Amino acid sequence: MNNKIERINEPIEASFQLLEGDFANAGAASSAMKRVLMDLGVDEDIIRRAAIAAFEAEMNVIIHGVAGSLHYIITRDHILITVTDMGPGIPNIELAMQEGYSTAPDWVREMGWGAGMGLPNIKKNSDEFNIDTVIGEGTTLEIKILLNDRGERR
Amino acid sequence: MITVAQVVESLGAQVAVKGDMERMVKGCYISDLLSDVMAKSKEGEIWITLQIHPNIVAVSVIKGLSAIILTNNRRPEEETAKRAEKEKMTILVFSGSTFEAAGKIYTLLSQ
Repeated sequence: MNNKIERINEPIEASFQLLEGDFANAGAASSAMKRVLMDLGVDEDIIRRAAIAAFEAEMNVIIHGVAGSLHYIITRDHILITVTDMGPGIPNIELAMQEGYSTAPDWVREMGWGAGMGLPNIKKNSDEFNIDTVIGEGTTLEIKILLNDRGERR
Repeated sequence: MITVAQVVESLGAQVAVKGDMERMVKGCYISDLLSDVMAKSKEGEIWITLQIHPNIVAVSVIKGLSAIILTNNRRPEEETAKRAEKEKMTILVFSGSTFEAAGKIYTLLSQ
């Protein structure tokens, strides 16, 4: 199998800055990550899931997060995406995880974002998903996707 | 299976940005909510929307969609077209409504 991932010795990592309101650059971090995964010969379905989860997390920072970063680290068996922001924090995670619940402003909704589907979509596409949030300080999402899980999705 | 080029022919659509015209169209998804497209569209589908801002390109690339169709003669914003060119994502402009576009594509896909 032409899969470079099994031959990497050192983890591959990168970080990207994210800024609230910077819709023009939405997807830049997740696209760059996607290209690296493609180059490593990772399974297409796994790449797609990682890119979707990363993109949704990027959008959350652009919509709510003031400023933050997306960092990914790829090892032989997983990719861990950590997205941290200095936004308002999430008062009720349970509510935020419900499809359809959103606190996005109207102008963001007019662009077709802020339908309250981001966090549930991240969860759906990740193998492990963790939210750490402090009101008034910010939010950190940890998204882990296994690289050797071929086709066995819930 | 149909291609993007066959959709262009069937709709008589204008090609605003030319990407891979031989790309297979595996289905169709219709929504102006980008969040919804992110969550529910499937790889290879062609996306019909009224949104024209640059994020439609990012969503299509991330989701692996086959092309974007803008209806009611809406044209992509300049930045949208630039991004689509860079990403080789096809954007079509259709003069009719979303309903007409959907009907024609449904017929094509059912043949």
